[in-house]
Amino acid sequence: MEQKKETLLEIHNLSVSFRMYDHGLEQTNLRVISDLHLTVRPGEIVAVAGSSGSGKSLLASAILGILPSNAVVCGHLHYKGRELTGQLQKELCGKEIALVPQSVAFLDPLMKVGAQADGHYRPKLTEKRRKLFERFHLPGHTEDLYPFQLSGGMARRVLVSAALVTDAELIIADEPTPGMSLDQALEALRMFREMADEGKAVILITHDIDLAFEFADTVAVFYAGTTVETAPASDFKKGPAALRHPYSRALWEALPQNGFRPIPGFQPYAGSLPKGCLFAPRCPYKTEKCGNQIPPVREVRGGEVRCYRAK
Amino acid sequence: MKGMSGWLIRIFAVNSIKIISLLLAVSIISFVLVSASPVDPVRQYILGLGTAVSLEQRAEIESYWGIDEPPAERYLGWLFEVLNGNLGESAIYRRPVADIIGERFWNSLALMLCAWILAGGIGFVLGCVMGMYRNRLPDRILKKVCYLLSTVPAFWLGLLFLLVFSVRLGWFPVGFSSPIGVPGADVSIWQRLYHLILPAVTLSLMSFANIALHTRQKLADVLDSDYVLFARARGEGQWTILRRHGLRNILLPALTLQFASFAELFGGSVMAENVFSYPGLGSAVADAGLRGDVPLLLGVTLFSALFVCAGNMMANLLYGVVDPQIREAGK
Repeated sequence: MEQKKETLLEIHNLSVSFRMYDHGLEQTNLRVISDLHLTVRPGEIVAVAGSSGSGKSLLASAILGILPSNAVVCGHLHYKGRELTGQLQKELCGKEIALVPQSVAFLDPLMKVGAQADGHYRPKLTEKRRKLFERFHLPGHTEDLYPFQLSGGMARRVLVSAALVTDAELIIADEPTPGMSLDQALEALRMFREMADEGKAVILITHDIDLAFEFADTVAVFYAGTTVETAPASDFKKGPAALRHPYSRALWEALPQNGFRPIPGFQPYAGSLPKGCLFAPRCPYKTEKCGNQIPPVREVRGGEVRCYRAK
Repeated sequence: MKGMSGWLIRIFAVNSIKIISLLLAVSIISFVLVSASPVDPVRQYILGLGTAVSLEQRAEIESYWGIDEPPAERYLGWLFEVLNGNLGESAIYRRPVADIIGERFWNSLALMLCAWILAGGIGFVLGCVMGMYRNRLPDRILKKVCYLLSTVPAFWLGLLFLLVFSVRLGWFPVGFSSPIGVPGADVSIWQRLYHLILPAVTLSLMSFANIALHTRQKLADVLDSDYVLFARARGEGQWTILRRHGLRNILLPALTLQFASFAELFGGSVMAENVFSYPGLGSAVADAGLRGDVPLLLGVTLFSALFVCAGNMMANLLYGVVDPQIREAGK
């Protein structure tokens, strides 16, 4: 059913590298995202899960067009069927595509939060923002506070208000839950669920994968800068048997409530990616083929996976 | 607002206590230094009289001045007089030190104020330009200019200016604060300003590079910050970011730097005033030092300490007015 819905954002074969200067003038390209696929539909929360350094936050920057100037982007990004070029990003960012940043550090320390949530938009959106503050139970005087006077939960609600004030259709929330109590995290995630139910699309970049399973519709598992598996969130609730990629299963099993079992090895550094499947060096089932060729994306049981073995 | 004025009063009181204790320390140290120096105030005084003085008369002056009293007693005596507003009489000008300071301070203040505004204004604007065009051509050129200016000694630059603009081109007067041969009362403000331009520009060149480079670095830090990244993610353009976030965040360090530069400014004015024969406090202190005028030297030292402290206090007060984090924490 969901497949039939019109897609809002489609990412195809996205690669991001950084131009670096090694010794003197020798230039190298450090590839941090490779051949990434992601599809986002209206009314849907797509959780992007993966460990630190898997390229999650860079994905957000790539969509918004705010990568550092030494970044090179290849591949296709389509928004509502239109190629998302730098020009289009400039037009859409902050209007149709909004970012909910990680923390209060993304607020100007010397500006009152009301004015910051209003943004630079003309005409002013103060009235609308006041309604949002009210909806999120922020007391009336909040708008006159400075970021350092906010509690963690208040800051979160201010940041979400700043995204919603624009009527954005696609909301990218970058690690919204770390440092929050469980109650606060649940409240934040409920907020995103509410947004999705209103017809917006949400990309939820997160570490807290167990929370993500609860609130997301789809979960994309990132490993070393690519999506190894994209599956309905319900599969993650069912357990490892329903999953398709050995890394997704390993993630599931590493959760405290599921046995807390880590797998040996570590995620490869962007400068030394293996030739074939990025997970092959740690994979207990690897074959010769895995070491030579990156597995293509395949549809398996209603999800997408990059693994020769998945059935 | 009530909290705000309460905060101001408190900061003002705390700073005043600090200033008073600092002035006391400065007075003790300079008094000790002058006592230990080879300068003999009695000899200088007698030289200044211009008439021969017999040994008995000299001994009389010495005992009248209390030269043979213990230093602590002399210091306390001097301090008591200073607190009563009597800074003594200058040995070279034969007039009360307070009058000389009062007169010359206005000349110096005009000079320093012009230089200060010039340096602050130009430095801030150039720093912003450099920060916005970071590592691009305008930034690279301006940065080299700043490095050059901050390494060149100010007095040398002053001499160069005199040579080029006053002697060769004849655009500006060669020195002094007013035209020669015109009674002081007849000198117009324009003539005074005209005489002020070259020394003020020289003095401002001393500190503007510093302010520009600091502003550039601070703006670069701000542009690399997470909140600017967020602003960009919301579609704010370069100049909107400068207006909404940049200025707000760099103004504070720039202001502090600007007010903290009072000390450099005063030091620089000694150079500039001497090169341009400008009759301000700076040239008075140089004269007093060279010709052993102890009362004038001590008077100007105390006064300049007060001046620099006032600058720092203004920086502290402004910091609180501009930065909500400090203001709120002070409540």
